[in-house]
Amino acid sequence: MSEQPAAARPIRRRVITEEIHEGPVRAQAFVCEAASCMSSQAHEVTLRLGEATAEAGLADVVVKRVGCLGLCAAGPLVEIPQTGQLFSAVTPDTVGPIVEALKAVKEADERQPQGPFFEKQLRVATENMGRIDPESLDDYLERGGYDALKTVLSDMTSTEVREVVTESGLRGRGGAGYPTGLKWTTVAKASGTQKYVICNADEGDPGAFMDRSVLESDPFRVLEGMAIAAFAVHATEGYIYCRAEYPLAVARLRNAIRLAQRAGYLGANIADTSFNFDIQIRLGAGAFVCGEETALIQSVEGKRGTPRPRPPYPAVSGLNNCPTLINNVESFASVATIIRKGAEWYSGIGIGKSKGTKVFALAGRVVNTGLVEVPMGMTLREIIYDIGGGIIGGRPFKAVQTGGPSGGCIPAEHLDTQVSYESLIELGSFMGSGGMIIMDDTSCMVDVARYFMDFCRDESCGKCVPCRIGTTQLWMLLDKICSGQADMVDLAQLERLAGTVRKMSLCGLGQGAPNPIFSTLRYFRDEYLAHIVDKRCPAGVCEIEQPVEVLA
Amino acid sequence: MPALYAKPAPPSDDKRWKIVETRMRRMGDRPAALIEALHAAQEAFGFLDEAALHYVGDTLGVPHSRVYGVATFYSFFTLKPQGEHTCVVCTGTACYINGAKDIMTALEKQLGVKPKQTTADGKLSILTARCLGACSLAPAVVIDGEAKGKVNAGDLIAQLEAM
Repeated sequence: MSEQPAAARPIRRRVITEEIHEGPVRAQAFVCEAASCMSSQAHEVTLRLGEATAEAGLADVVVKRVGCLGLCAAGPLVEIPQTGQLFSAVTPDTVGPIVEALKAVKEADERQPQGPFFEKQLRVATENMGRIDPESLDDYLERGGYDALKTVLSDMTSTEVREVVTESGLRGRGGAGYPTGLKWTTVAKASGTQKYVICNADEGDPGAFMDRSVLESDPFRVLEGMAIAAFAVHATEGYIYCRAEYPLAVARLRNAIRLAQRAGYLGANIADTSFNFDIQIRLGAGAFVCGEETALIQSVEGKRGTPRPRPPYPAVSGLNNCPTLINNVESFASVATIIRKGAEWYSGIGIGKSKGTKVFALAGRVVNTGLVEVPMGMTLREIIYDIGGGIIGGRPFKAVQTGGPSGGCIPAEHLDTQVSYESLIELGSFMGSGGMIIMDDTSCMVDVARYFMDFCRDESCGKCVPCRIGTTQLWMLLDKICSGQADMVDLAQLERLAGTVRKMSLCGLGQGAPNPIFSTLRYFRDEYLAHIVDKRCPAGVCEIEQPVEVLA
Repeated sequence: MPALYAKPAPPSDDKRWKIVETRMRRMGDRPAALIEALHAAQEAFGFLDEAALHYVGDTLGVPHSRVYGVATFYSFFTLKPQGEHTCVVCTGTACYINGAKDIMTALEKQLGVKPKQTTADGKLSILTARCLGACSLAPAVVIDGEAKGKVNAGDLIAQLEAM
């Protein structure tokens, strides 16, 4: 297609796995071809491994490209699903041991546990990740794909679908945690003949890559979730608003939409019923504020992404002033499984008002950086130490940052907190989309607060004054503290201004912007004081000029 | 119904305008196609010049002021031509705490270019990205569209100077 954006270069055709395998399959090799592994030659590994197995005469072995296997730190990864063996940091020159292992696989082999990184997870939204070829509809169908949509269209009314989602307790996975069922009901009941469904894939939080991985590894699941949502709220048109920074995700989405249209899972008369629904992709253009739903709608309409006051909420008046349902990628990705396994099953997972599972992106100074999905209610310690493997080099843990630029830093004394929407807010942080940045003693918390404020002042859309001016002033104050020029008056001013920005800003960007300051002040005030009073940076990050002593 | 105004002709007979035109037509030449059209033009030409902005605006019936507003609002669009090669440094949180700042300082010291600048010989542009989503490879850079992970400043500069 000539009009594909440059960012979304077409994916190179498979050479090996494209051939349809006939006859019994004794063993398989799954090669991770998600963005992270792709940047370290994963595709070349697939090709080389295909050649090598052919050279070894292994006719009953299939080499398959799959989505993210999760343990991105050790990529490129190759897995033999029959035995559970996992090969890390594979290069095209080191496929030999994999071929040997494939030779040794027997029918009777059982899948061995793969260690705590994998065994402690519970996969719902990511259940097909690393299991299916993201560019093959057949693979998706084989794993129960589109069963949920067919059930919905043939046996359920839209009210029943909304009831299931409501009962499951699913809440918005984009951050705020608004009950998904309630949102669907509002849109369904809103008056108007034209309604829209929008998937928010504008994953702007630095340090978060859950949506990218889901879209790259299992794009059909998102399309199916959107179709179910459209049926439940009586919408006929859908949009996926995806970041242009994710070329592979966009390319795989385009491919998935084309295949689904061809197979009759999108378009007119889906699955031979009277239900019509089609999806288009809209590319973002690098504006963090477009993750805010009213700004996102402006952007889909081709305008500058500036938020507007709510109400009216998009559920009542959104895209083209029509009722619009906006959910995050992960929310849509959970829907099909909820329909298939039932609301009771889903609401049985999790704690309190936070049901189900949550995908987190582990990054920063942690050994096993990568993507994990865990039940709500798991403690931070389990996530960081058991699944994440602890801190690189065994250094002391200092803080975990959740919720992106609107979130906060949680210190070591709260590591045993069970993760849920409520518990994180209690700690002065925020669930956010699910990025978890782990920091050790080499990070200065004042510098981290300055980093996030720099982000917010740059990304502020400029519509409302508290955010536009306030974030810049806050950044200047933080910069003053970092460079050792500040006194206690500045600190008091910082706190007062942060409160003003939080209260007065129009949208979530401004309201959340002071959160990193509040949370670092709450837990790491001594570091602020060290910069201000002692003129030193405890972590040794900030460059502070020592005052020159004036003689005589 | 006759068109209220004639569709403007492309600024030149460069074939790449066809791509832009097709993309706009597919979306019905409506104002909502503005961002998609700018994407198409930037892909085709590498940056957006005044002629491109005017052409897109006139075709979609969007005032020039608004086209300029949109093109400058989104950081993905660039109104200046890029160097022969580009190097995008990720400044996401994970990259930041793993040393992206040192990379930027080194680039500035050794090559004399700040983010969003191009070297004097027009060979290399340095850009930054908010987050590439490649956090497990932190610190990450993208050189001419190819991602590289776990970069250290010395190797990166050696590679860039060799280009």
